[in-house]
Amino acid sequence: MSVSAPTRITPVGKMSDFRAQRIWERNLLVYRRIWKVIFTGFFEPVFYLLSIGIGIGALVGDLTLPGGHIVSYTAFMAPALMATSAMNGAVMETTFNIFFKLRFGNVYQGMLTTPLQPRDIAIGEIGWALFRGSLYTGVFLLVMWVMGLVESWWALMTIPGAVLIGFAFGSVGLAACTFMRSWQDFDLVSLATMPLFLFSATFFPIDVYPPAIQVLVQFSPLYHGVELLRSLTLGIFDPSILGHIAYLVVMGLIGATIASRRLDGLLRK
Amino acid sequence: MTENLVEARGLTKTFGSFTAVDSIDFDIRKGEAFGFLGPNGAGKTSTMRMITTVSPITDGKLTVFGMDPTTEGRDIRRRIGVVPQEDNLDLELTVAENLYVYGRYHDMPRATIRERIDELLEFAQLTDRRKNTVESLSGGMKRRLTIARALINDPDLVILDEPTTGLDPQARHLLWERLYRLKRQGVTLIITTHYMDEAEQLCDRLVVMDQGKIAAEGSPSELINRYSTREVLELRFAEGEQDEAVLRLDGLADSSEVLADRVLLYTNDAESTQRGLHERGVHPEQVLVRRSTLEDVFLKLTGRRLID
Ligand SMILES: Nc1ncnc2c1ncn2[C@@H]1O[C@H](COP(=O)(O)OP(=O)(O)OP(=O)(O)O)[C@@H](O)[C@H]1O
Ligand SMILES: [Mg+2]
Repeated sequence: MSVSAPTRITPVGKMSDFRAQRIWERNLLVYRRIWKVIFTGFFEPVFYLLSIGIGIGALVGDLTLPGGHIVSYTAFMAPALMATSAMNGAVMETTFNIFFKLRFGNVYQGMLTTPLQPRDIAIGEIGWALFRGSLYTGVFLLVMWVMGLVESWWALMTIPGAVLIGFAFGSVGLAACTFMRSWQDFDLVSLATMPLFLFSATFFPIDVYPPAIQVLVQFSPLYHGVELLRSLTLGIFDPSILGHIAYLVVMGLIGATIASRRLDGLLRK
Repeated sequence: MTENLVEARGLTKTFGSFTAVDSIDFDIRKGEAFGFLGPNGAGKTSTMRMITTVSPITDGKLTVFGMDPTTEGRDIRRRIGVVPQEDNLDLELTVAENLYVYGRYHDMPRATIRERIDELLEFAQLTDRRKNTVESLSGGMKRRLTIARALINDPDLVILDEPTTGLDPQARHLLWERLYRLKRQGVTLIITTHYMDEAEQLCDRLVVMDQGKIAAEGSPSELINRYSTREVLELRFAEGEQDEAVLRLDGLADSSEVLADRVLLYTNDAESTQRGLHERGVHPEQVLVRRSTLEDVFLKLTGRRLID
């Protein structure tokens, strides 16, 4: 017969309780040595941008957006690539890297014998994924600006925008990571992110899809990320931007809550 | 009055329907080295994990420094150092960085940590390794680094789960010597082990644990006096002769244990027992006379050997 464990009281709040920054300090030490790994992450989205900007962009020419604005295809596509790279960066960091730390080497187990708590680990690792992601976004933005794809000063806001996307996907990635059992499960990660990349109004405006599919696309979290960044780089705003932000915030909070509970269960048997 | 740092009453841990720790009671006093001696699966690690607050207790009562691990885990962890059974050094960091991050996890100021790292590397005899990767260390060095790491926050209580398992004799003796030193400094130690010599060497008091329960408690010499005789005769017989010889040993010693490869006779007077053997015409190939150890206590209590 099993006796139920007494419920654990995890005090919430107090800023002095906040220790997630300790995880960043540790990660900074690690990455200081392997900064080249971070560096390679810059290139993939930039290559995409160049190939699309120079190749496809020239073929397609200009697009007329639902609101009547006319923009070059490359300017339309670039923020979508930026959002996708924010998504991929956060998901990779919180799945591959953290899976390793979670299942091998017991690094987290050790941390929990110090004043750190599972929640600190969850917040710390998600935060780290965001930090890393925002570095990529910054460089990507710079390349966009050099290519003349930035239409508005609002574009600077894509950095916090990409952080928000990273938060949403990083949290869910971390939550998913706690359910993974083997490296094979990572195929499922690509299985989830690939269609998101292809079908989130990344390559064409959403009104190209039939209405039924449009509804489906609106469920895609990446769609909201893409639309958010697109408004910012093009400088075209309407109230729907609030909806995109809310969607991503809620997704991130739910993911972070599940992740921190799951970590607790996995690490404190 | 001596102060108890850890108190357990009816402490229980279950995993599903399996009971790993079965309602045990113990008190650990300030300043002593307290041992948990037991074979594989006895429940030693499960008990340590509850004390270090990383494993929720299933039932019973447990206090550490008078605090409740369920609600005051963080305050308890501030004051303890933990050497887990399985090495969990951070392989992505160097030797010194491993100490540094633990100092930060304990909210220590950077300057204080740096001073402390120098002391601890000295203590662990790893000063010339400070910039090395953890992977390049030998097993004994890793263990010493783990102990140094457990001391970064200047803990009042250090919990060591099988600190010397897998080390060669030389590395073990070096570790024991470091642990003595800690004890002399007034640090309370909790040590689990399945080596009886380690328990005898290091522990002021210990409990013998088996299948989740505590079978006996006391100082090593108390336990030996209570459960065993002063001396032991180990008899080894030629191939196939043991069974027949055992029949003739009846009543010769206070008690005996028949193992697969030898017979143990427990006696307070080895000489007269040896004479008795002769008189009965029992001629083992080899007779070894030795002092009783905790191994014998364990055998007596459980009918099994500590290490198979
Ligand atoms: N997380 C777990 N889930 C299920 N069973 C567990 C878990 N942890 C330990 N056990 C079981 O509890 C029992 C006691 O394990 P524990 O690790 O406490 O023993 P131990 O005395 O430390 O043994 P060893 O000398 O091998 O380290 C074992 O039978 C083990 O299989
Ligand atoms: Mg163990």
